[in-house]
Amino acid sequence: MALLVLAEHDNATLKPATQNSVAAARKIGEKADTSEIHVLVIGHQAVPVAEAAARIEGVAKVILADEVELGPQTAEILTAQVLLQLQAEHYSHLLAPATTYGKNVLPRIAAKLDVQQISGIIDVLSPSTFVRPIYAGNALATVESIAGAIIVLTVLSTGFDASPLRETSAPIESAKELAKDSAGVRLVGRQLASSDKIELTAARVVVSGGRGLQKAENFQLLEALAAKLNAAVGASRAAVDAGFVPNDYQVGQTGKIVAPELYIAVGISGAIQHLAGMRDSKVIVAINKDPDAPIFQVADYGLVGDALEILPQLTAQL
Amino acid sequence: MKLLVPIKRVVDFTVKVRVKPDGSGVDLENVKMSMNPFDEIAVEEAIRLKERGLANEIIVVSLGPAACQETLRTALAMGADRAVLVETDAELEPLAVAKLLKQIVAKEEPQLVILGKQAIDDDSNQTGQMLAALLDWPQGTFASKLEIAEGKATVTREIDGGLETLELPLPAVITTDLRLNEPRYTSLPNIIKAKKRPLDTLKISDLQTDIAPRSKTQKVGAPQPRKAGIRVNSVEELVTKLREEAKVI
Repeated sequence: MALLVLAEHDNATLKPATQNSVAAARKIGEKADTSEIHVLVIGHQAVPVAEAAARIEGVAKVILADEVELGPQTAEILTAQVLLQLQAEHYSHLLAPATTYGKNVLPRIAAKLDVQQISGIIDVLSPSTFVRPIYAGNALATVESIAGAIIVLTVLSTGFDASPLRETSAPIESAKELAKDSAGVRLVGRQLASSDKIELTAARVVVSGGRGLQKAENFQLLEALAAKLNAAVGASRAAVDAGFVPNDYQVGQTGKIVAPELYIAVGISGAIQHLAGMRDSKVIVAINKDPDAPIFQVADYGLVGDALEILPQLTAQL
Repeated sequence: MKLLVPIKRVVDFTVKVRVKPDGSGVDLENVKMSMNPFDEIAVEEAIRLKERGLANEIIVVSLGPAACQETLRTALAMGADRAVLVETDAELEPLAVAKLLKQIVAKEEPQLVILGKQAIDDDSNQTGQMLAALLDWPQGTFASKLEIAEGKATVTREIDGGLETLELPLPAVITTDLRLNEPRYTSLPNIIKAKKRPLDTLKISDLQTDIAPRSKTQKVGAPQPRKAGIRVNSVEELVTKLREEAKVI
């Protein structure tokens, strides 16, 4: 039996989180007798995505389900197509990134299969035993799947280094049967940030701002620092709640979980919900005017002072 | 239109939980418990739909020990009309919760189920999607805006990189994200009024559902603590440390 990874993409490019999910599948494969990994790409005019997926190290085959009805990638139609693939071939595991994409669709598939999904794994102990954070990362649960025809997992990218791209390609097959029924759901539209914005979960450096930045305009100071460092910009929930930045900037328990090489927290006090989203970063810098802020307890380098004064100085010195 | 709002009693978001030394779980003795914050947003959204004349009854339901009555009373004090407690001391997986909720939906026949996108204890983010799957209803997850008109729900969803708007035929399942609304506070007169609203208790056995666990938590441990860092005194020192010691810039 093989392992199936559901590719995340926007019909044009493959999202890098897919490579981390393939890495998790490889780790399961190393511990099992079966290590063949298939990637399923569902969309419309998504051939470039399938070609990118075929180049991920460890992938034996890509299945492409390409049809106009599949283009919107709603949970309903993705579920229908994945179920067709699970009927066409036998799989031991189904994996997808623990992003809003995977979180939306995978539980729907798991329920159709009468399977209890294991969400947001960060480690593989055996083909059926996984580690996942609970309580905003304040505890780690070791969970074993004990019943079900297939194991369904979402994968936190921070737990697995991306499986690299190689020169050679795995074969790409077309799905034999295509799902048609979208359950009456219609995609009205998407408003996405410009594509040149560096994605938080894939960035080497992240600079995040909190309520200490005081107002939305002051995020420009953070943007300037980010531009210097080629960094993605994040925020605490407090900054999102205050309306300084959109919700998809949010780093934390209920936002994005990141683990960059360098994380700079500016004007963020360090609530446990925020720490949950960044505590696995390699190097953490905290800048805050309150010397007792909890963020300093996880920071490798702490600087006490007014963020609005420090930010321009820091940007100038880089 | 009837609305069903499932709510979960969880450790309050301000509590820093501690792992039990024997690895059997987290210590919940004498810890403050509250309604899951995302479920509070779901209750608020239901009340706003009712206030706009788009719904006429809000039923809140919780699954868990008798103490969940307190959480249900909070929802009644916010403005829900009646409550159902499915009382059990068993630990329920999201799939089991979804199956039990499906039975409640069959009984109550709501047109819309609104619930939190995730519970802040197990952070699974599954129940709404699973319930939608079991009912074969469309789903609008991570909603930051919800409009109901002519038998359809228009849902704006928080997705990585921005927003997505979907139109779903009713009945449907909606899960709430942070920016959907700001839940109201409960006032003392409303808390007193809520005590008179109906709260029915069911047993799991009343619902004839397979809730056998499909996963087993072997151990709960504490994450590796980060080693203590240092304070720097100036921007210059910070830049030097990042360049020469950490070598990350």
